Amino acid sequence: MSVRPLEIDDPRSVVDQLRGRIAALEGGPTRLGVPVLPLLAGLVQLRTGGVYGVDSATLGLALAAGASQAGEWVGFAGWDDFGAEAAQQQGIVLGRTVLVPTPGEHWLEVTAALVDVLKVVVLRPPGGVDARSASLLEARLRARSAVLVVQGEWPRCEARISAEQVSWEGIGQGRGRLRERRTTLVARGGGRMPMRAEVVL
Amino acid sequence: MRTMVLWCPDWSVTAGLLELADSGAEQGVALDAAAPAVVLANNKVVVCNAAARAEGVRRGHRRRDAQARCPEVVLLDANPDRDARWFEPVLTAVETVRPGVAPLRPGLLAVPAPGRYFARRGAGGAIDGEEAAAAVLAEHLVQAGVWDSRFGAADDLYTAERAAREAPPQACLSIAPGSSAEFLRGLPVTVLADDGPEGAELADLLRRLGLVLLADFARLTASEVANRFGGYGADVWRRVQGREVTRLASRTPPPELACEIAFEPPLDSAEAVTFSVRTTAERFVAGLADRQLVATSVRIEAEFEDGVSARTWLHPRCFSSRDLVDRVHWQLQAGMASSGLRSRKGTGETITSAVTLVRFLPDVVEPAGDHADGLWGGGAEEQVVRGVARVQAMVGYDAVRVPVLQGGRGAADRQALVPWGERPVGLRPVERPWPGRIPGPAPSRVFAAPLEAEVVDEVGVAVAVTARGLVTGEPWRLRIGRRWCPVASWAGPWPVDEGWWLAPGSAGSGSGAEAGRAARFQLVGVDGRAWLMCWRSPGSWEVEAAYD
Repeated sequence: MSVRPLEIDDPRSVVDQLRGRIAALEGGPTRLGVPVLPLLAGLVQLRTGGVYGVDSATLGLALAAGASQAGEWVGFAGWDDFGAEAAQQQGIVLGRTVLVPTPGEHWLEVTAALVDVLKVVVLRPPGGVDARSASLLEARLRARSAVLVVQGEWPRCEARISAEQVSWEGIGQGRGRLRERRTTLVARGGGRMPMRAEVVL
Repeated sequence: MRTMVLWCPDWSVTAGLLELADSGAEQGVALDAAAPAVVLANNKVVVCNAAARAEGVRRGHRRRDAQARCPEVVLLDANPDRDARWFEPVLTAVETVRPGVAPLRPGLLAVPAPGRYFARRGAGGAIDGEEAAAAVLAEHLVQAGVWDSRFGAADDLYTAERAAREAPPQACLSIAPGSSAEFLRGLPVTVLADDGPEGAELADLLRRLGLVLLADFARLTASEVANRFGGYGADVWRRVQGREVTRLASRTPPPELACEIAFEPPLDSAEAVTFSVRTTAERFVAGLADRQLVATSVRIEAEFEDGVSARTWLHPRCFSSRDLVDRVHWQLQAGMASSGLRSRKGTGETITSAVTLVRFLPDVVEPAGDHADGLWGGGAEEQVVRGVARVQAMVGYDAVRVPVLQGGRGAADRQALVPWGERPVGLRPVERPWPGRIPGPAPSRVFAAPLEAEVVDEVGVAVAVTARGLVTGEPWRLRIGRRWCPVASWAGPWPVDEGWWLAPGSAGSGSGAEAGRAARFQLVGVDGRAWLMCWRSPGSWEVEAAYD
């Protein structure tokens, strides 16, 4: 019986993962990676306990899709116009999706309760968010190892992803139909240079 | 196993007289159970007792004829409920002596005949045992106030019933094992009339054909019977040939799966009820689990002092006791709050009237094995279920949804949001072609209620669609909400081929949104945002969905 060395594509990610697991065993808040769709892989790295800002519904769905495909539960709060078919086309498993279309005045409590049990929660806050509520929720996120994606205003974000230069293919003046959207996604935040990526969403 | 049938002749009359005596006892009027009496339906005699028959009253007589023959006859209205109601004590009386009673219809019941060792006397063996058992039953029935009961025992149910109808009062006619067909063949064809209208028709037909005894009918060949006398005739023929045997289904009493709890004094707060039904819900689930069952649909009935609230709840997996308690809470809450969203503060509110009883009835039960968790599964999901239940407690149970896809043409038709914890029902199938739906990437935002919009051409005139399906002008600018935005590109019109059957002449009938010409468009603004829009014939634009 021979022992074959393990083939590791990216040793650094394995080390990161192991560190996260050690931290989890020690009981401290951890920053585990949450899977994202391959097309977003170079742009943003979701980590538990983080808040990420997006500026469109499609991006919100796309950020939740990676975790959903990996078998996690995801939730959407404040989405009274959830496009189920688009969500499925993005790769979200609808059977593991919880939707609270209109949480009303209880949106913060609802989000906190969802964060307790779901891996990724996509929130559309009803208006301004004060710094205190935000920090309460962020503490909850770290304790529960979940990710919050916010479409709208949020005091502090790990990263903000926005779509710039959207162009639609397959449609003309009275001809064709919408076929695919090419956008330049820009991720800002985390004290780094903005990252750009051309994607088809 | 032999079957014994108990027949109470003219049960409708007996039940009617019993009820009359019951109500008469309060007024001090005694009624003779042996008085001539008939039951009338549509002014015709449908049942008459022996005393009335002795006076010459017959089935089918008009009220006037019956009264002419017997002026003191008691007239009773037909009432099947009353017949069934008064037969209940008879069933109970028999059940105390012999369990496994199968009621056939009011006045007729079947029990498994006693075995060889019951009250064995003499050399007759089984036959003696049956007669002895019948005597014991008859004695019990007389004590219960039923004077006329007759018994028949045979290998199969049909023959036993016939035998009971042939037996003298309080006696048992036993048909020896293996001789059922022989006994049936000796009966006149008129006995078939007891089987209902079908039997009466066949008896009449056979009589007119000149067949007197069922033995004459038995002499016909199988093909002759099958071609001429229908399914019922063939049935009877097989019986008199001794080829068909109806056995008494070995009925075991159904286990009592329903659970209920009564509140004395009645509770007037939903919280208190929810707290109190916890053990009952656990007992209900445990009772099912003892039989290796789980419930996927449960009917919950709550009785108030002035009414009943009943609702059937479906569960996507299976009900746990905790789920049931939640459902009780929601059901009681739904009776209270009028607003769509129920806040945490509202739950302590008192109900309009106090709850006296809560009952759980299993609607659909399935083998527990079908719903068992996998070896590795369950853990995470349980946690999610509990967490979501907390959200439901905050905002109301129907504020938490699960999206599902369904078939349809419009963007909003293609999805449904099912309340968490309920099974989706009544969805349109997805896999059909659904011609007329918009292909390509699905819109990420689908508006439940379409947004109002405006689309104008280069000179500022609203764009419309002609009867031939052409646009009157090129969309130039669009307005959604307050903001105007130039159109970068557009596609359409795709006529909506739905609802046209509503259009002619029904424009004013309130179905205006569905009726008339309509066409869908895709519009892209210069800001890169794309919309799925719909134009409707009077000239209004609306936004159905957005590719945001």
